[in-house]
Amino acid sequence: MIFCENLYKAFGDNHVLQGVDLHIKRGESMVIIGGSGTGKSVLIKHIIGLLSPDAGRVTVDGQVVGDLHEDELNEMRKKFGMLFQGAALFDSLTVGGNVGFALKEHTDLAQSKIDERVKECLEMVGMKDVERLMPAELSGGMKKRVGLARAIAMNPQIILFDEPTTGLDPVMADVINDLIIKTTRALKVTSVTITHDMVSANRIADRIAMLYQGKIVAIGTPDEVMFNQTNPAVREFVEIGRIIRQTEAVQGRHIGAQ
Amino acid sequence: MLKKIAVGTLEFVGRYTIDMVKAIGLMGEFVGDTMKWLSRKPLRMGAAVDQMVEVGANSFPVVFFTAMFTGMVLALQSHTGFKRFGAESMVGTVVGLSMTRELGPVLTALVVTGRAGSAMTAQLGTMRVTEQIDALYTLAANPIKYLVVPRVIAGTLMLPVLTVMADFVGILGGFVVAVMLLGANPVLYMEKTFEFMEYNDMFSGLLKSMVFGFIISVVGCYQGFYTEGGAEGVGTATTKSVVMGFMLIFLANYILTALLFSNGGGGAKF
Repeated sequence: MIFCENLYKAFGDNHVLQGVDLHIKRGESMVIIGGSGTGKSVLIKHIIGLLSPDAGRVTVDGQVVGDLHEDELNEMRKKFGMLFQGAALFDSLTVGGNVGFALKEHTDLAQSKIDERVKECLEMVGMKDVERLMPAELSGGMKKRVGLARAIAMNPQIILFDEPTTGLDPVMADVINDLIIKTTRALKVTSVTITHDMVSANRIADRIAMLYQGKIVAIGTPDEVMFNQTNPAVREFVEIGRIIRQTEAVQGRHIGAQ
Repeated sequence: MLKKIAVGTLEFVGRYTIDMVKAIGLMGEFVGDTMKWLSRKPLRMGAAVDQMVEVGANSFPVVFFTAMFTGMVLALQSHTGFKRFGAESMVGTVVGLSMTRELGPVLTALVVTGRAGSAMTAQLGTMRVTEQIDALYTLAANPIKYLVVPRVIAGTLMLPVLTVMADFVGILGGFVVAVMLLGANPVLYMEKTFEFMEYNDMFSGLLKSMVFGFIISVVGCYQGFYTEGGAEGVGTATTKSVVMGFMLIFLANYILTALLFSNGGGGAKF
C-alpha cells in the first residue's frame, strides 16, 4: 500500500534520511520507533507529501507522491487522516468546526448532516457535547481526541499518528492508545504511528520498524523486534518494551489479545 | 593570515548572496501562488470580510489618532514658517496636499504595518509552528487560499479606505489648529485647502495606498508562513515583517511618487 524506496532527505548539513526503505501493508498497524531527532516526523511527512525527498520516492496505492500535481495530491490526501503531535487544531474554529472542516470543504453535505457526522466522530473518541468549545478550552488529552475525530471524519483509508502519546500522563496515554486500537480496527484502516514510547508501540503495533541514523535498522513483529535483534542500538531502545512483554508473558496475558 | 581573511570574506559574501537569492526566489514563488489563488474561484469572501474588520475597522482608532495629530502639527509647523514671509493663508493648501499626496497614504501604511501586518505574521507564524498549516495541507486544503488570500484582499481593499479617512481627519486636524489656535478664517482656510488640490492628488494617494496594502499583507503573510523555531521564531518573524514592510513601503513610495507625479505633477523622473 505504502512504499518508501531509498529515501534521502537533508536539511543543510543535517542528513536526516539516508536511504529509508519501508513497506507498509494494507490494513496493518505499523509503528515506527526511534529516538528524538532521528527523522520519524520527516519520514511521515514524506508519506503524506508535506515534504519532498532529495532522492528516492514514496508510492501510495501505486501513485508516486512526488509526481502528483497539486489537485492529484489533494485527492490522494483525502485518503489520509493525520493526528498531529500537538493535535494542531485550528485555534479560530470551534471543536465542531475543526472536526467538520474537511466535510464542509470537500463534500456537498448539508450542515445538519455534517453536524451529525461530527457528533458521531466525537462520540467514537469518547467526547460528547463539546462541539461549541474552542480548542483553547480543552486539555491536552481532549485536544488529541478531537484531533483523532477530525482525522477520521472523512473515513480515511490510512491514518498517520505523530507521537500520539507524547506530553500526556500515563493514564491519558493509555486512553489514547485504546482509542487508536479501537478506531483503527472499527474503521479497518491502515495506520502508521511514529513514537518513542515503547509502551504505546507495544500496545498498538502489528509491526514495528526502527529508524536509526537515517535508516530502518530493524523491522518485524513486536516480538521479532524486541527479542531477535543483535543491533545494540535497537536492543537498548526496545529494552522497556522487552520488559513489558516479558512481564505480560509471565502474567499470562498477551497484549495483542486486548 | 591575509589569505584566510580573504577566503572568510568571500565565503561570507557567497553565503549571504545565496541566502538572499533563495529568499527572493521564495518570496517570488509565494507572491505567484497568492496571485494564482486570487484568480481562482470561489474566493473565501467571508474570511476576507473578517480580515477587513481586523485590518480596517480595528485599525481605525490608531489611524485616526495618527492622522489627526499629524494634521495638527503640520498646521502649526507650516504656520510658523509661512508667517516669516506673510504666506499664512497657504497653511490649508500645504496641509491638504501633504495629507492627500504623501502623509495620508504613507502614515496609514506604517501604522497598519505595525498593527495588522505584524498580527498577520504572528497569527500565521503560530499556525506554522503549531503545525496548523501542515494540518490544512493534510486536509487537502491549500493554506495560501485559506489564510493568505483573504488577508491580501483585506489589506489591498482596506488601506485606501483608511487612507481616505486619514486624509479627511488630517485636514480636519489642521483646520482645528489653524482656526481655533492660530486665528485663521475658517471659510478662507477651507477654500485654500481645496483651491490647488487636483483629482490626481487624491487618486494617486489612493493608488499608492492599495499598493501599500498589498505589500503589508503579502509581507506579513510571507514572514508568518515561513516561520521556523517555535515562539522565538514567531517573535523574530514578526520583527522582520515590520522592518521589511517599512522598507518596501518607503521604496514603493518613491517609485510610485516618481511615476504618478512625473507628468505635470511636479514629481521627479527616476
